[in-house]
Amino acid sequence: MAKLHISTKINGEPTEFLCDPNDSMLDVLRGPLALTGSKEGCGSGDCGACSVMLDGRLVCSCLMLAAEAEGHEIETIEGMAEGEKLHPLQQKFLEMAALQCGICTPGVLVASKALLEKNQNPTETEVRYWLAGNLCRCTGYDKIVRAVLDTAAEMREATR
Amino acid sequence: MTDMRYLAPSTLDEAVGAFAAAAGAARILAGGTDILVQMRAGMVQPGLIVDIKKIPELTGIEETADGGFVIGAAVSGAVLYEHPRFGEVWPGVLEAINLIGSTQVQGRASAGGNLCNGSPAGDSVPAMIAAGATVTVQGPNGRRQMPVEAVPAGPGRTNLTPGEILVSFTLPPRAKGASDAYLRMIPRTEMDIAVVGCGVNLTLKDGVCTAARVGLGAVAPTVLLVEAAAKALIGSKLDDAAIETAAAACRAACRPIDDKRGTIVYRTKVAGVLLKRTVAIAADRAGRA
Ligand SMILES: Cc1cc2nc3c(=O)[nH]c(=O)nc-3n(C[C@H](O)[C@H](O)[C@H](O)COP(=O)(O)OP(=O)(O)OC[C@H]3O[C@@H](n4cnc5c(N)ncnc54)[C@H](O)[C@@H]3O)c2cc1C
Ligand code: FES
Ligand code: FES
Repeated sequence: MAKLHISTKINGEPTEFLCDPNDSMLDVLRGPLALTGSKEGCGSGDCGACSVMLDGRLVCSCLMLAAEAEGHEIETIEGMAEGEKLHPLQQKFLEMAALQCGICTPGVLVASKALLEKNQNPTETEVRYWLAGNLCRCTGYDKIVRAVLDTAAEMREATR
Repeated sequence: MTDMRYLAPSTLDEAVGAFAAAAGAARILAGGTDILVQMRAGMVQPGLIVDIKKIPELTGIEETADGGFVIGAAVSGAVLYEHPRFGEVWPGVLEAINLIGSTQVQGRASAGGNLCNGSPAGDSVPAMIAAGATVTVQGPNGRRQMPVEAVPAGPGRTNLTPGEILVSFTLPPRAKGASDAYLRMIPRTEMDIAVVGCGVNLTLKDGVCTAARVGLGAVAPTVLLVEAAAKALIGSKLDDAAIETAAAACRAACRPIDDKRGTIVYRTKVAGVLLKRTVAIAADRAGRA
Protein backbone atom coordinates (compact mmCIF):
# COMPACT_ATOMS: atom_id res chain seq x y z
CA MET A 1 0.00 0.00 0.00
CA ALA A 2 1.36 3.41 -0.95
CA LYS A 3 2.28 5.39 2.15
CA LEU A 4 1.08 8.95 2.51
CA HIS A 5 3.42 11.67 3.69
CA ILE A 6 1.65 13.98 6.13
CA SER A 7 2.82 17.33 7.49
CA THR A 8 1.05 18.50 10.60
CA LYS A 9 1.63 20.19 13.93
CA ILE A 10 1.40 18.17 17.12
CA ASN A 11 1.50 19.94 20.50
CA GLY A 12 2.93 22.98 18.76
CA GLU A 13 5.77 21.10 17.02
CA PRO A 14 5.81 20.78 13.23
CA THR A 15 5.64 17.01 12.70
CA GLU A 16 5.83 14.79 9.64
CA PHE A 17 4.89 11.15 9.40
CA LEU A 18 4.13 8.38 6.92
CA CYS A 19 0.87 6.49 7.19
CA ASP A 20 -1.38 4.08 5.37
CA PRO A 21 -4.53 5.69 3.97
CA ASN A 22 -6.71 3.72 6.36
CA ASP A 23 -4.67 4.34 9.53
CA SER A 24 -6.55 6.28 12.15
CA MET A 25 -4.95 9.28 13.82
CA LEU A 26 -4.90 7.21 17.00
CA ASP A 27 -2.96 4.41 15.23
CA VAL A 28 -0.29 6.90 14.18
CA LEU A 29 -0.12 8.70 17.53
CA ARG A 30 0.33 5.46 19.46
CA GLY A 31 2.47 3.75 16.79
CA PRO A 32 5.09 5.66 14.80
CA LEU A 33 4.80 8.87 16.85
CA ALA A 34 5.07 6.97 20.17
CA LEU A 35 2.60 9.30 21.85
CA THR A 36 0.90 6.57 23.84
CA GLY A 37 -0.96 8.85 26.26
CA SER A 38 -4.07 8.68 24.09
CA LYS A 39 -5.70 5.31 24.70
CA GLU A 40 -7.82 3.00 22.59
CA GLY A 41 -10.80 1.88 24.61
CA CYS A 42 -13.20 1.00 21.81
CA GLY A 43 -12.09 2.28 18.41
CA SER A 44 -15.68 3.26 17.63
CA GLY A 45 -16.21 6.71 19.13
CA ASP A 46 -17.99 5.51 22.24
CA CYS A 47 -15.44 5.81 25.06
CA GLY A 48 -13.47 9.02 24.50
CA ALA A 49 -10.16 7.55 25.74
CA CYS A 50 -8.58 8.67 22.46
CA SER A 51 -9.76 12.32 22.77
CA VAL A 52 -7.50 14.94 21.17
CA MET A 53 -7.93 18.51 19.98
CA LEU A 54 -8.05 19.06 16.22
CA ASP A 55 -7.65 22.77 15.41
CA GLY A 56 -8.95 23.57 18.88
CA ARG A 57 -11.94 21.23 18.69
CA LEU A 58 -12.43 18.10 20.77
CA VAL A 59 -12.59 14.92 18.64
CA CYS A 60 -12.02 11.18 18.93
CA SER A 61 -8.70 10.37 17.26
CA CYS A 62 -9.96 6.84 16.56
CA LEU A 63 -12.65 8.37 14.32
CA MET A 64 -10.24 10.43 12.25
CA LEU A 65 -7.97 9.24 9.49
CA ALA A 66 -4.32 10.10 10.06
CA ALA A 67 -4.28 11.51 6.52
CA GLU A 68 -6.79 14.15 7.62
CA ALA A 69 -4.12 15.73 9.86
CA GLU A 70 -2.41 17.26 6.79
CA GLY A 71 -2.18 21.01 7.36
CA HIS A 72 -4.00 20.89 10.69
CA GLU A 73 -2.97 21.15 14.34
CA ILE A 74 -3.36 18.44 16.92
CA GLU A 75 -3.00 18.63 20.67
CA THR A 76 -2.71 15.50 22.77
CA ILE A 77 -2.44 14.79 26.50
CA GLU A 78 1.36 14.92 26.08
CA GLY A 79 1.08 18.66 25.44
CA MET A 80 -0.93 19.40 28.57
CA ALA A 81 1.79 19.81 31.21
CA GLU A 82 4.42 22.50 30.72
CA GLY A 83 7.57 20.46 31.25
CA GLU A 84 7.45 19.28 34.87
CA LYS A 85 4.58 21.64 35.70
CA LEU A 86 1.26 19.86 35.64
CA HIS A 87 -1.87 21.55 34.33
CA PRO A 88 -4.20 22.49 37.22
CA LEU A 89 -6.60 19.74 36.10
CA GLN A 90 -3.85 17.12 36.24
CA GLN A 91 -2.79 18.33 39.69
CA LYS A 92 -6.37 18.27 40.96
CA PHE A 93 -7.05 14.80 39.56
CA LEU A 94 -4.08 13.53 41.57
CA GLU A 95 -5.07 15.36 44.75
CA MET A 96 -8.68 14.24 44.62
CA ALA A 97 -7.96 10.70 43.39
CA ALA A 98 -10.13 11.23 40.33
CA LEU A 99 -8.58 8.21 38.64
CA GLN A 100 -8.06 4.56 39.37
CA CYS A 101 -6.72 2.43 36.48
CA GLY A 102 -6.08 5.60 34.47
CA ILE A 103 -7.13 4.38 31.04
CA CYS A 104 -9.86 6.99 30.68
CA THR A 105 -7.83 9.76 32.33
CA PRO A 106 -5.93 11.23 29.35
CA GLY A 107 -9.17 11.57 27.39
CA VAL A 108 -11.05 12.95 30.38
CA LEU A 109 -8.31 15.53 30.98
CA VAL A 110 -8.16 16.65 27.34
CA ALA A 111 -11.96 16.93 27.25
CA SER A 112 -12.15 18.77 30.58
CA LYS A 113 -9.48 21.25 29.50
CA ALA A 114 -11.49 21.93 26.34
CA LEU A 115 -14.58 22.60 28.49
CA LEU A 116 -12.82 25.01 30.85
CA GLU A 117 -11.38 26.93 27.91
CA LYS A 118 -14.93 27.56 26.67
CA ASN A 119 -16.68 27.86 29.99
CA GLN A 120 -14.81 28.95 33.11
CA ASN A 121 -17.79 28.40 35.39
CA PRO A 122 -19.62 25.24 34.31
CA THR A 123 -22.44 23.78 36.36
CA GLU A 124 -22.28 20.14 37.43
CA THR A 125 -24.87 19.33 34.76
CA GLU A 126 -22.77 21.02 32.09
CA VAL A 127 -19.70 19.05 33.15
CA ARG A 128 -21.62 15.78 33.08
CA TYR A 129 -23.09 16.42 29.62
CA TRP A 130 -19.78 17.64 28.22
CA LEU A 131 -18.05 14.48 29.49
CA ALA A 132 -20.86 12.09 28.45
CA GLY A 133 -18.60 10.75 25.71
CA ASN A 134 -15.81 9.86 28.16
CA LEU A 135 -16.53 6.51 29.73
CA CYS A 136 -14.89 5.45 33.00
CA ARG A 137 -15.23 1.93 34.32
CA CYS A 138 -13.62 2.64 37.70
CA THR A 139 -14.42 5.90 39.44
CA GLY A 140 -18.18 6.13 39.10
CA TYR A 141 -17.59 9.63 37.63
CA ASP A 142 -18.28 11.53 40.83
CA LYS A 143 -14.66 12.23 41.70
CA ILE A 144 -13.98 13.24 38.10
CA VAL A 145 -16.83 15.73 38.09
CA ARG A 146 -15.84 17.14 41.51
CA ALA A 147 -12.22 17.52 40.38
CA VAL A 148 -13.26 19.42 37.25
CA LEU A 149 -15.56 21.73 39.24
CA ASP A 150 -12.86 22.32 41.88
CA THR A 151 -10.25 23.07 39.25
CA ALA A 152 -12.59 25.51 37.55
CA ALA A 153 -13.17 27.32 40.86
CA GLU A 154 -9.44 27.46 41.56
CA MET A 155 -8.62 28.74 38.09
CA ARG A 156 -11.28 31.45 38.38
CA GLU A 157 -9.80 32.45 41.75
CA ALA A 158 -6.30 32.58 40.27
CA THR A 159 -7.27 34.90 37.43
CA ARG A 160 -9.13 37.35 39.66
CA MET B 1 -7.19 -5.31 3.79
CA THR B 2 -7.58 -4.15 0.23
CA ASP B 3 -5.68 -1.12 -1.02
CA MET B 4 -7.46 2.08 -0.22
CA ARG B 5 -6.68 5.51 -1.60
CA TYR B 6 -7.40 8.81 0.17
CA LEU B 7 -8.17 12.04 -1.67
CA ALA B 8 -9.04 15.44 -0.22
CA PRO B 9 -9.88 17.59 -3.26
CA SER B 10 -10.43 21.31 -2.84
CA THR B 11 -13.14 21.64 -5.49
CA LEU B 12 -16.49 19.97 -5.87
CA ASP B 13 -15.84 19.17 -9.55
CA GLU B 14 -12.70 17.24 -8.65
CA ALA B 15 -14.54 15.41 -5.88
CA VAL B 16 -17.46 14.44 -8.15
CA GLY B 17 -15.02 13.37 -10.88
CA ALA B 18 -13.02 11.09 -8.58
CA PHE B 19 -16.13 9.77 -6.82
CA ALA B 20 -17.90 8.94 -10.09
CA ALA B 21 -14.79 7.44 -11.73
CA ALA B 22 -14.32 4.99 -8.85
CA ALA B 23 -17.92 3.82 -9.34
CA GLY B 24 -19.23 1.84 -6.38
CA ALA B 25 -15.80 1.38 -4.76
CA ALA B 26 -15.57 4.91 -3.37
CA ARG B 27 -17.02 6.43 -0.23
CA ILE B 28 -17.45 10.06 0.78
CA LEU B 29 -15.87 11.09 4.10
CA ALA B 30 -17.48 13.97 5.99
CA GLY B 31 -17.04 13.74 9.78
CA GLY B 32 -16.34 10.01 9.62
CA THR B 33 -18.42 9.18 12.70
CA ASP B 34 -20.41 6.58 10.76
CA ILE B 35 -18.13 5.59 7.90
CA LEU B 36 -14.96 5.05 9.94
CA VAL B 37 -16.86 2.91 12.44
CA GLN B 38 -18.27 0.86 9.56
CA MET B 39 -14.83 0.48 7.95
CA ARG B 40 -13.28 -0.64 11.22
CA ALA B 41 -16.05 -3.19 11.69
CA GLY B 42 -15.36 -4.52 8.18
CA MET B 43 -18.86 -3.62 7.01
CA VAL B 44 -17.46 -1.51 4.12
CA GLN B 45 -14.07 -1.72 2.44
CA PRO B 46 -13.83 1.27 0.12
CA GLY B 47 -11.15 1.43 -2.55
CA LEU B 48 -11.21 5.21 -2.39
CA ILE B 49 -12.11 7.72 0.30
CA VAL B 50 -13.05 11.19 -0.91
CA ASP B 51 -12.72 13.64 1.99
CA ILE B 52 -15.02 16.59 1.24
CA LYS B 53 -14.00 18.87 4.10
CA LYS B 54 -11.50 20.91 2.03
CA ILE B 55 -14.30 22.09 -0.31
CA PRO B 56 -15.51 25.54 0.82
CA GLU B 57 -19.10 25.08 -0.39
CA LEU B 58 -19.47 21.97 1.76
CA THR B 59 -18.16 23.54 4.95
CA GLY B 60 -19.76 27.00 4.90
CA ILE B 61 -22.91 28.44 6.52
CA GLU B 62 -24.61 31.25 4.63
CA GLU B 63 -27.59 33.36 5.66
CA THR B 64 -29.21 34.34 2.37
CA ALA B 65 -30.58 37.82 1.59
CA ASP B 66 -34.19 36.60 2.01
CA GLY B 67 -33.45 35.24 5.51
CA GLY B 68 -32.98 31.59 4.59
CA PHE B 69 -29.92 29.50 5.34
CA VAL B 70 -27.63 27.39 3.18
CA ILE B 71 -25.62 24.91 5.26
CA GLY B 72 -22.75 22.96 3.74
CA ALA B 73 -23.36 19.20 3.92
CA ALA B 74 -20.13 18.64 5.91
CA VAL B 75 -20.60 21.39 8.55
CA SER B 76 -20.19 19.81 12.00
CA GLY B 77 -22.75 20.13 14.77
CA ALA B 78 -20.28 22.09 16.90
CA VAL B 79 -19.65 24.65 14.13
CA LEU B 80 -23.37 25.10 13.48
CA TYR B 81 -23.94 25.59 17.22
CA GLU B 82 -21.47 28.49 17.22
CA HIS B 83 -23.25 30.33 14.38
CA PRO B 84 -24.61 33.58 15.85
CA ARG B 85 -28.02 33.41 14.15
CA PHE B 86 -28.86 29.90 13.08
CA GLY B 87 -30.08 28.61 16.45
CA GLU B 88 -32.34 31.64 16.89
CA VAL B 89 -34.08 31.04 13.58
CA TRP B 90 -34.11 27.22 13.56
CA PRO B 91 -33.88 26.08 17.21
CA GLY B 92 -35.45 22.69 16.42
CA VAL B 93 -33.05 21.85 13.60
CA LEU B 94 -30.11 22.91 15.76
CA GLU B 95 -31.21 20.91 18.81
CA ALA B 96 -31.69 17.83 16.61
CA ILE B 97 -28.20 18.08 15.12
CA ASN B 98 -26.70 18.79 18.53
CA LEU B 99 -28.26 15.62 19.97
CA ILE B 100 -25.99 13.50 17.75
CA GLY B 101 -23.46 11.75 19.98
CA SER B 102 -21.00 13.21 22.47
CA THR B 103 -19.03 16.46 22.47
CA GLN B 104 -16.31 14.60 20.56
CA VAL B 105 -18.79 13.34 17.95
CA GLN B 106 -20.28 16.85 17.64
CA GLY B 107 -16.84 18.13 16.69
CA ARG B 108 -17.06 16.10 13.48
CA ALA B 109 -20.58 14.79 12.76
CA SER B 110 -22.46 16.54 9.94
CA ALA B 111 -26.11 16.74 8.93
CA GLY B 112 -25.05 15.54 5.46
CA GLY B 113 -23.49 12.41 6.93
CA ASN B 114 -26.52 11.85 9.14
CA LEU B 115 -28.82 11.96 6.10
CA CYS B 116 -26.59 10.00 3.69
CA ASN B 117 -25.89 7.28 6.23
CA GLY B 118 -29.53 6.41 5.74
CA SER B 119 -30.38 5.42 9.29
CA PRO B 120 -34.13 5.64 9.99
CA ALA B 121 -33.11 6.92 13.45
CA GLY B 122 -30.83 9.77 12.33
CA ASP B 123 -31.70 12.63 14.66
CA SER B 124 -31.31 15.58 12.31
CA VAL B 125 -33.50 14.10 9.57
CA PRO B 126 -37.02 14.54 11.09
CA ALA B 127 -36.15 18.12 12.05
CA MET B 128 -34.84 18.90 8.55
CA ILE B 129 -37.96 17.36 7.00
CA ALA B 130 -40.20 19.38 9.33
CA ALA B 131 -38.25 22.51 8.40
CA GLY B 132 -39.06 21.95 4.73
CA ALA B 133 -35.35 21.85 3.94
CA THR B 134 -34.19 20.92 0.45
CA VAL B 135 -30.81 19.53 -0.53
CA THR B 136 -28.58 20.43 -3.44
CA VAL B 137 -26.90 17.41 -4.96
CA GLN B 138 -24.14 17.40 -7.57
CA GLY B 139 -23.14 14.49 -9.75
CA PRO B 140 -21.59 13.72 -13.11
CA ASN B 141 -24.78 14.97 -14.80
CA GLY B 142 -24.88 18.28 -12.98
CA ARG B 143 -26.86 19.70 -10.08
CA ARG B 144 -30.34 19.04 -8.83
CA GLN B 145 -32.48 19.89 -5.86
CA MET B 146 -34.67 17.56 -3.87
CA PRO B 147 -36.64 17.76 -0.60
CA VAL B 148 -34.89 16.08 2.34
CA GLU B 149 -37.70 13.52 2.65
CA ALA B 150 -36.90 12.27 -0.87
CA VAL B 151 -33.31 11.35 0.03
CA PRO B 152 -33.68 8.23 2.22
CA ALA B 153 -34.55 5.03 0.33
CA GLY B 154 -34.41 2.53 3.20
CA PRO B 155 -32.06 1.56 6.02
CA GLY B 156 -28.53 2.44 4.81
CA ARG B 157 -29.71 3.50 1.34
CA THR B 158 -30.38 6.84 -0.35
CA ASN B 159 -31.88 7.99 -3.65
CA LEU B 160 -28.64 9.71 -4.68
CA THR B 161 -27.49 8.25 -7.99
CA PRO B 162 -23.94 6.87 -8.45
CA GLY B 163 -21.36 9.65 -8.28
CA GLU B 164 -23.69 12.17 -6.65
CA ILE B 165 -22.52 14.16 -3.63
CA LEU B 166 -24.78 16.03 -1.23
CA VAL B 167 -23.62 19.65 -1.39
CA SER B 168 -25.83 21.62 0.99
CA PHE B 169 -29.12 22.03 2.82
CA THR B 170 -31.31 25.03 2.05
CA LEU B 171 -33.69 26.18 4.77
CA PRO B 172 -36.44 28.57 3.70
CA PRO B 173 -36.91 32.09 5.09
CA ARG B 174 -38.98 32.38 8.28
CA ALA B 175 -42.36 34.06 8.64
CA LYS B 176 -43.08 35.98 11.85
CA GLY B 177 -44.57 33.64 14.43
CA ALA B 178 -42.79 30.57 13.05
CA SER B 179 -40.62 28.18 15.04
CA ASP B 180 -39.66 24.54 15.37
CA ALA B 181 -38.67 21.85 17.87
CA TYR B 182 -37.24 18.33 17.97
CA LEU B 183 -37.58 15.69 20.67
CA ARG B 184 -36.36 12.14 20.76
CA MET B 185 -37.07 9.30 23.12
CA ILE B 186 -34.04 7.25 24.16
CA PRO B 187 -33.67 4.74 26.98
CA ARG B 188 -30.70 6.72 28.41
CA THR B 189 -30.25 10.50 28.79
CA GLU B 190 -27.26 10.75 26.39
CA MET B 191 -25.45 8.74 23.74
CA ASP B 192 -28.16 6.44 22.47
CA ILE B 193 -30.15 5.75 19.32
CA ALA B 194 -33.65 7.21 19.07
CA VAL B 195 -36.63 4.93 19.74
CA VAL B 196 -38.74 7.69 18.23
CA GLY B 197 -37.71 11.14 17.01
CA CYS B 198 -40.20 13.90 16.23
CA GLY B 199 -39.65 17.23 14.51
CA VAL B 200 -42.40 19.88 14.35
CA ASN B 201 -42.26 23.19 12.51
CA LEU B 202 -45.21 25.55 12.69
CA THR B 203 -46.42 29.10 12.15
CA LEU B 204 -48.93 30.83 14.41
CA LYS B 205 -50.99 33.87 13.45
CA ASP B 206 -53.28 35.34 16.12
CA GLY B 207 -53.22 31.98 17.87
CA VAL B 208 -54.18 30.02 14.77
CA CYS B 209 -51.77 27.55 13.22
CA THR B 210 -51.39 28.65 9.60
CA ALA B 211 -48.62 26.26 8.51
CA ALA B 212 -47.13 23.07 9.93
CA ARG B 213 -44.86 20.18 8.99
CA VAL B 214 -44.16 17.05 11.02
CA GLY B 215 -41.20 14.68 10.60
CA LEU B 216 -41.10 11.33 12.39
CA GLY B 217 -37.99 9.18 12.81
CA ALA B 218 -37.13 5.61 13.91
CA VAL B 219 -40.64 4.25 13.34
CA ALA B 220 -40.36 3.09 9.71
CA PRO B 221 -37.64 2.04 7.22
CA THR B 222 -37.17 5.74 6.36
CA VAL B 223 -37.81 8.96 8.24
CA LEU B 224 -41.37 10.07 7.45
CA LEU B 225 -43.07 13.32 6.54
CA VAL B 226 -46.46 12.93 8.24
CA GLU B 227 -48.76 15.12 6.16
CA ALA B 228 -51.93 13.98 7.93
CA ALA B 229 -50.54 15.21 11.26
CA ALA B 230 -49.71 18.60 9.77
CA LYS B 231 -53.18 18.81 8.23
CA ALA B 232 -54.79 18.24 11.63
CA LEU B 233 -52.81 21.13 13.10
CA ILE B 234 -53.28 23.66 10.29
CA GLY B 235 -56.31 25.90 10.79
CA SER B 236 -56.68 24.93 14.43
CA LYS B 237 -55.83 26.88 17.57
CA LEU B 238 -53.73 23.87 18.61
CA ASP B 239 -56.56 22.79 20.89
CA ASP B 240 -56.56 19.34 22.49
CA ALA B 241 -58.79 17.82 19.80
CA ALA B 242 -56.53 18.98 16.95
CA ILE B 243 -53.40 17.80 18.74
CA GLU B 244 -54.98 14.42 19.52
CA THR B 245 -55.93 14.01 15.84
CA ALA B 246 -52.33 14.85 14.87
CA ALA B 247 -50.99 12.34 17.42
CA ALA B 248 -53.31 9.67 16.03
CA ALA B 249 -51.99 10.44 12.53
CA CYS B 250 -48.43 9.91 13.79
CA ARG B 251 -49.37 6.59 15.38
CA ALA B 252 -51.08 5.53 12.15
CA ALA B 253 -47.96 6.37 10.13
CA CYS B 254 -45.73 4.05 12.21
CA ARG B 255 -44.36 0.87 10.69
CA PRO B 256 -41.65 0.26 13.30
CA ILE B 257 -39.36 -2.63 14.16
CA ASP B 258 -39.24 -4.54 17.44
CA ASP B 259 -35.83 -4.38 19.08
CA LYS B 260 -34.12 -4.15 22.45
CA ARG B 261 -34.73 -0.39 22.56
CA GLY B 262 -38.47 -0.60 22.01
CA THR B 263 -41.29 -2.84 20.86
CA ILE B 264 -43.68 -2.01 18.02
CA VAL B 265 -46.45 -1.17 20.49
CA TYR B 266 -44.18 1.06 22.56
CA ARG B 267 -42.71 2.94 19.58
CA THR B 268 -46.17 3.54 18.16
CA LYS B 269 -47.49 4.88 21.46
CA VAL B 270 -44.43 7.09 22.01
CA ALA B 271 -44.80 8.57 18.51
CA GLY B 272 -48.11 10.12 19.59
CA VAL B 273 -46.76 11.29 22.93
CA LEU B 274 -43.74 12.93 21.35
CA LEU B 275 -45.89 14.69 18.76
CA LYS B 276 -47.87 16.36 21.56
CA ARG B 277 -44.79 17.40 23.50
CA THR B 278 -42.95 18.65 20.43
CA VAL B 279 -45.95 20.70 19.26
CA ALA B 280 -46.12 22.33 22.70
CA ILE B 281 -42.47 23.39 22.53
CA ALA B 282 -42.67 24.60 18.93
CA ALA B 283 -45.88 26.55 19.68
CA ASP B 284 -44.33 28.19 22.72
CA ARG B 285 -41.31 29.26 20.67
CA ALA B 286 -43.51 30.41 17.78
CA GLY B 287 -45.50 32.58 20.18
CA ARG B 288 -42.31 34.45 20.97
CA ALA B 289 -40.81 34.47 17.46
C1 LIG C 1 -20.47 7.50 19.68
C2 LIG C 1 -21.45 7.82 18.60
C3 LIG C 1 -22.71 8.32 18.93
C4 LIG C 1 -23.64 8.63 17.93
N1 LIG C 1 -24.85 9.13 18.31
C5 LIG C 1 -25.76 9.47 17.36
C6 LIG C 1 -27.02 10.02 17.74
O1 LIG C 1 -27.29 10.26 18.93
N2 LIG C 1 -27.91 10.32 16.76
C7 LIG C 1 -27.64 10.10 15.43
O2 LIG C 1 -28.46 10.42 14.59
N3 LIG C 1 -26.45 9.57 15.05
C8 LIG C 1 -25.52 9.25 15.98
N4 LIG C 1 -24.29 8.71 15.60
C9 LIG C 1 -24.04 8.45 14.19
C10 LIG C 1 -23.28 9.56 13.43
O3 LIG C 1 -22.50 10.35 14.32
C11 LIG C 1 -24.22 10.50 12.67
O4 LIG C 1 -24.99 9.77 11.75
C12 LIG C 1 -23.47 11.64 11.96
O5 LIG C 1 -24.36 12.68 11.62
C13 LIG C 1 -22.74 11.19 10.70
O6 LIG C 1 -22.11 12.33 10.12
P1 LIG C 1 -20.60 12.28 9.59
O7 LIG C 1 -20.31 13.63 9.03
O8 LIG C 1 -19.68 11.81 10.66
O9 LIG C 1 -20.74 11.19 8.45
P2 LIG C 1 -19.69 10.21 7.76
O10 LIG C 1 -19.39 9.08 8.65
O11 LIG C 1 -18.56 10.99 7.20
O12 LIG C 1 -20.63 9.72 6.56
C14 LIG C 1 -21.78 8.93 6.79
C15 LIG C 1 -22.25 8.30 5.47
O13 LIG C 1 -22.74 9.28 4.58
C16 LIG C 1 -21.95 9.36 3.41
N5 LIG C 1 -21.79 10.80 3.16
C17 LIG C 1 -21.37 11.73 4.08
N6 LIG C 1 -21.42 12.96 3.55
C18 LIG C 1 -21.88 12.83 2.28
C19 LIG C 1 -22.16 13.75 1.22
N7 LIG C 1 -21.98 15.08 1.40
N8 LIG C 1 -22.62 13.28 0.03
C20 LIG C 1 -22.81 11.93 -0.14
N9 LIG C 1 -22.58 11.01 0.83
C21 LIG C 1 -22.11 11.46 2.03
C22 LIG C 1 -20.66 8.65 3.74
O14 LIG C 1 -20.06 8.08 2.61
C23 LIG C 1 -21.14 7.60 4.71
O15 LIG C 1 -21.69 6.51 4.04
C24 LIG C 1 -23.32 8.42 16.57
C25 LIG C 1 -22.06 7.94 16.23
C26 LIG C 1 -21.12 7.65 17.22
C27 LIG C 1 -19.76 7.14 16.83
S1 FES D 1 -11.05 4.63 21.36
FE1 FES D 1 -11.83 6.39 20.40
S2 FES D 1 -13.70 6.65 21.42
FE2 FES D 1 -13.00 4.80 22.26
S1 FES E 1 -10.03 5.25 35.97
FE1 FES E 1 -10.26 3.30 35.07
S2 FES E 1 -11.54 3.75 33.39
FE2 FES E 1 -11.53 5.61 34.44
